[in-house]
Amino acid sequence: MSLEVNGVEHSAEVEPRQLLVYFLRENLALTGTNVGCDTTSCGACTVLMDGRSVKSCTVLTVQADGAEVQTIEGLADDGKMHPLQDAFHTEHGLQCGYCTPGMIMAALGLIQEGGDLTEKDIRLGLEGNLCRCTGYHNIVKAIQSAADEMRSPASA
Amino acid sequence: MDIYRPASWSEALEVKRGAPESVPLAGGTDLMVDLNFGRARPQALLDLTRLAELAGWDRDNGRVRIGAGVTFTTLIAELAPELPGLAIASRTVGSPQIRNRATLGGNLGTASPAGDALPPLLAAGAEVEVASAARSRRIPLEDFFIAPKVTALEGGELIAAIVVPVADGPQQYSKIGTRNAMVIATVSFALALHPGRRRVGTGIGSAAPRPLRATEAEDFIGGVLAEHDLWSSGAPIPEPASARFGELVAAAAQPIDDVRGTVAYRRHALAVLARRTLAWAWSDYRSAA
Repeated sequence: MSLEVNGVEHSAEVEPRQLLVYFLRENLALTGTNVGCDTTSCGACTVLMDGRSVKSCTVLTVQADGAEVQTIEGLADDGKMHPLQDAFHTEHGLQCGYCTPGMIMAALGLIQEGGDLTEKDIRLGLEGNLCRCTGYHNIVKAIQSAADEMRSPASA
Repeated sequence: MDIYRPASWSEALEVKRGAPESVPLAGGTDLMVDLNFGRARPQALLDLTRLAELAGWDRDNGRVRIGAGVTFTTLIAELAPELPGLAIASRTVGSPQIRNRATLGGNLGTASPAGDALPPLLAAGAEVEVASAARSRRIPLEDFFIAPKVTALEGGELIAAIVVPVADGPQQYSKIGTRNAMVIATVSFALALHPGRRRVGTGIGSAAPRPLRATEAEDFIGGVLAEHDLWSSGAPIPEPASARFGELVAAAAQPIDDVRGTVAYRRHALAVLARRTLAWAWSDYRSAA
């Protein structure tokens, strides 16, 4: 099977039962995507598949054949942080950081869907992602701030 | 474990004929959790996610035919005008990541009594289109569910599509769970008004071995609406009648005590949901009239 990860084409022979998250972490050494629960509950393993957020602990690697996958490692552009990464930093949107890659990828999926994003929309959009440290307050602020920046004409 | 990855629907049916024990896999939001927990050890999986034939929907002759591979995200984005009850229920499924993967066919195939799509489809009078390499047939949805996780599918058959009459009146869905997201229903209820046929459709979730209609409650409230000609007058439904409707819905359920709720709680909650959804839908009907 072959797939594109963060713009790079990969071909591989994989075990039928291998999960996409383990392909990313073990075959490609992209360990930014974390495994939290293995049961689609926590969202730590969220990546984008063909532009939509999915939980990579419940997608088989072979099901991603032909797909474009984007992980947290694919966000920074030549050393320059993505607006979401910047915003999580400046708004203190993390404490232990374990949920952060999944939060950022879920947020990216949400922002890319388009439309206005109120605080309520963001909270609803993050309903599949658990954070046990922050109480979500600064995560929501960070996403709001990044969404504003990504959508303002000046950042284009 | 083997995995079959057919490139077309006809190839999928051929694979299923040759390997009837293979377990269909779509979004994987149910099956993959069982695999990860070691609760399921299938010899073979049949991955249906590549099949373009299952991925779309079309509208014909007052009915919507939804391919089994259509995701909840698509149902919400594209089918809310035609099937409002199903769209409301779809919004309560899992989280965005789950709704991006999970499919309507998967919800039927899993056949959990708590499947969110099932009550609104029952209330709307849906049919399931199933196919094998040899033939295709349609099964009324209420005959499709046999027991928890057991369906009327025979060896070699796969779910092709769900066929649902376009809504002819307001529809509602309500669900109780421990939190707003990522929750399996403790109990759920769907209601559809059919002003053209002067009927009310219902669907009960998570309160019996299978999702079911409350037919006695449907007949009762249909009778009340007809007797007082409320369909024409649009007058409010008398409170005793909606209370009785709730009681009859609760009586139709066959709940169990489990980790999500007790028998007594489920019956009580169902009666409340039935009265509420009836009030919401009737209010929609009156304001549209």
